[in-house]
Amino acid sequence: MKERKIRVIVAKPGLDGHDRGAKVIARAFRDAGMEVIYTGLRQTPEQIVETAIQEDADAIGVSILSGAHEFYFARIIELLRQKKADDVLVFGGGVIPDSDVPKLQSLGVSAVFGPGTPTGDCVSWLLSAVAKKREEEQGECIPS
Amino acid sequence: MEEKSREEFREKKTAYEKSVESTLENNHEMKDAFTTLSGIPMNRLYTPDDIGEFDYCRNLGFPGDYPFTRGVQPTMYRGKHWTMRMYAGFSTAEESNRRYRYLLSQGSSGLSVAFDLPTQIGYDSDHAMAQGECGKVGVAIDSLADMEILFGDIPLDKVSTSMTINAPASVLLAMYICVGEKQGIAANKLSGTIQNDILKEYIARGTYIFPPKPSMRLITDIFAFCSRHVPKWNTISISGYHIREAGSTAVQEVAFTLSDGIAYVEAARKAGLDPNVFGRRLSFFFNSHNNFLEEVAKFRAARRLWAKIMKERFGVTDERAQMLRFHTQTAGCTLTAQQPENNIIRVTLQALAAVLGGTQSLHTNSMDEALALPTEKSVGIALKTQQIIAYESGVTDTIDPFGGSYVIETLTNEIERQASEYIRTIDEMGGMLAAIEKGYVQKQVQDASYEYQLAVEKNRITVVGVNQFQMEEEKKDLQLLRVDASVGERQIRKLREMKEHRDNILVNENLAKIRKAASDETENLMPYIIEAVRSYATEGEICGVLREVFGEYKENIIL
Repeated sequence: MKERKIRVIVAKPGLDGHDRGAKVIARAFRDAGMEVIYTGLRQTPEQIVETAIQEDADAIGVSILSGAHEFYFARIIELLRQKKADDVLVFGGGVIPDSDVPKLQSLGVSAVFGPGTPTGDCVSWLLSAVAKKREEEQGECIPS
Repeated sequence: MEEKSREEFREKKTAYEKSVESTLENNHEMKDAFTTLSGIPMNRLYTPDDIGEFDYCRNLGFPGDYPFTRGVQPTMYRGKHWTMRMYAGFSTAEESNRRYRYLLSQGSSGLSVAFDLPTQIGYDSDHAMAQGECGKVGVAIDSLADMEILFGDIPLDKVSTSMTINAPASVLLAMYICVGEKQGIAANKLSGTIQNDILKEYIARGTYIFPPKPSMRLITDIFAFCSRHVPKWNTISISGYHIREAGSTAVQEVAFTLSDGIAYVEAARKAGLDPNVFGRRLSFFFNSHNNFLEEVAKFRAARRLWAKIMKERFGVTDERAQMLRFHTQTAGCTLTAQQPENNIIRVTLQALAAVLGGTQSLHTNSMDEALALPTEKSVGIALKTQQIIAYESGVTDTIDPFGGSYVIETLTNEIERQASEYIRTIDEMGGMLAAIEKGYVQKQVQDASYEYQLAVEKNRITVVGVNQFQMEEEKKDLQLLRVDASVGERQIRKLREMKEHRDNILVNENLAKIRKAASDETENLMPYIIEAVRSYATEGEICGVLREVFGEYKENIIL
């Protein structure tokens, strides 16, 4: 069976209007053959998680430059858990100081890409992270 | 040129071209083709051939004289430097007030207020959408009470203040007028700027609230009100800055900004206002990016093109209404998180380009802004950068030092020509509002932004420390500014207390008056908003009423 294309949500949570990075990365994912759903601006965490579930997404990429990253990542991950959708990978980028990254990782954020990251790095990370996730999920399905 | 010297020029040019050819046989140039960031070809050398029949008076004119290519004042920086205006604001009004007083004590000559996102989008700090955002990218302002603290001990007749506020610009301007009243300063003594440029919010910046039509009405209401009551106020700052930050080229920045300007002039004329009057209070805001020569030329081209538009398209005869006066900010998108100290040098070059381009005011970015809001120390360096250009470099001693340079004049002509083509395309679509609705402008900017990203990734554009000359670095060196997470709670508490102490019956009456006036297009909303603000109605309450009447803008997602 042909492997399903990677489906990724590119999300802009909250009031931040900086969408240059989100749109660039969305295009880079699309050019790499993924199915990309871009949410547009001013999404609540509830809307983002709802979209991810409806679209049966493999991952949510969160773009945030307003400094409110901790709040939004925490809320998105909490909601995914509540909806039993915490197999969806959550990653992100934007103006996020390095010193905040460990905290975000401890919340369950899989990767944080800072300013200047080549889009190719994000694409190859997502390809391998989703492959690994799918492998693990298949593993769980095999009856022991 | 005389016949004899023309002959000599031809001979020498031919000889030069031959010597280039022989040099190229053994030594290739570093690139096959050289272009500016906008893709304008850069020749090896510019000579009198490139500027052709150069008509000094038609192309350049004298400083302070149409078409203002060389500058808008007769003496430029010999009389007065540009305003050193650092964009600042974070956390609470108390903390931002402290930062402003620091900046003024360090020789800043004007203030520039950054509001947090809830304030920019018309939500009070206790609104659900404000969670996590209070005080983050700017200062949280809910009511006149916050604004009084923000400008505490700052005499509003001595400083000019620029406020980056768009959709709710009327409300924040009303608050500023009321703070002035409390300080005993009449509105006609206040000077400053509100950004008030909704079109670029739809295109690039994202802090819109209302749909285009009522948004344009709010803007023209401000034009009309201020020309009568706040005559020294710049009623709009038509901004290319954010369009460029979103990824446009320099040419697109000029074209889309001036197209926005055309849309505002048309809207105001339709509202019965005289462009000879309101045209004097239009101001502009540009980006200063990396490609130094292109940037210098860009400012000159924008000035000349706007003067022509005002004179030829709108029949404006008042010279002050033909002048493009502008603020500049160095390009935030060029700041790198890698080797952040290098950003000081980038900012210096960008600031120099803005000064050589004749800016009226300038914000220089701080080296740490790819990572967080700037610390006091890094802001200090950024401000000193301007002072060094102003007081040490000598570039301010003569006006438009690059005027007459073969390359600068060629680039100025070319940027004007290409921008005019874009403007024509937008005119043919039915103007800027139609072009935005079709997604044309957004698509142009996004395509340019993606191209740029690919060019960096393929090393066609060098970014020092990012795709070349990288080094291992200890990332924790920089001390970053942290906005206290409790700002939201403190702000909400203040808001509740304020609401308990105000006359709530009066507030409700004033809000009802706004609702009524909003439904009647012949009314000017400004006096009603001022009355409500004076009674301590909050920004969220006022914008809430306007949301009910006007509805909200829905983004046209273009990818």
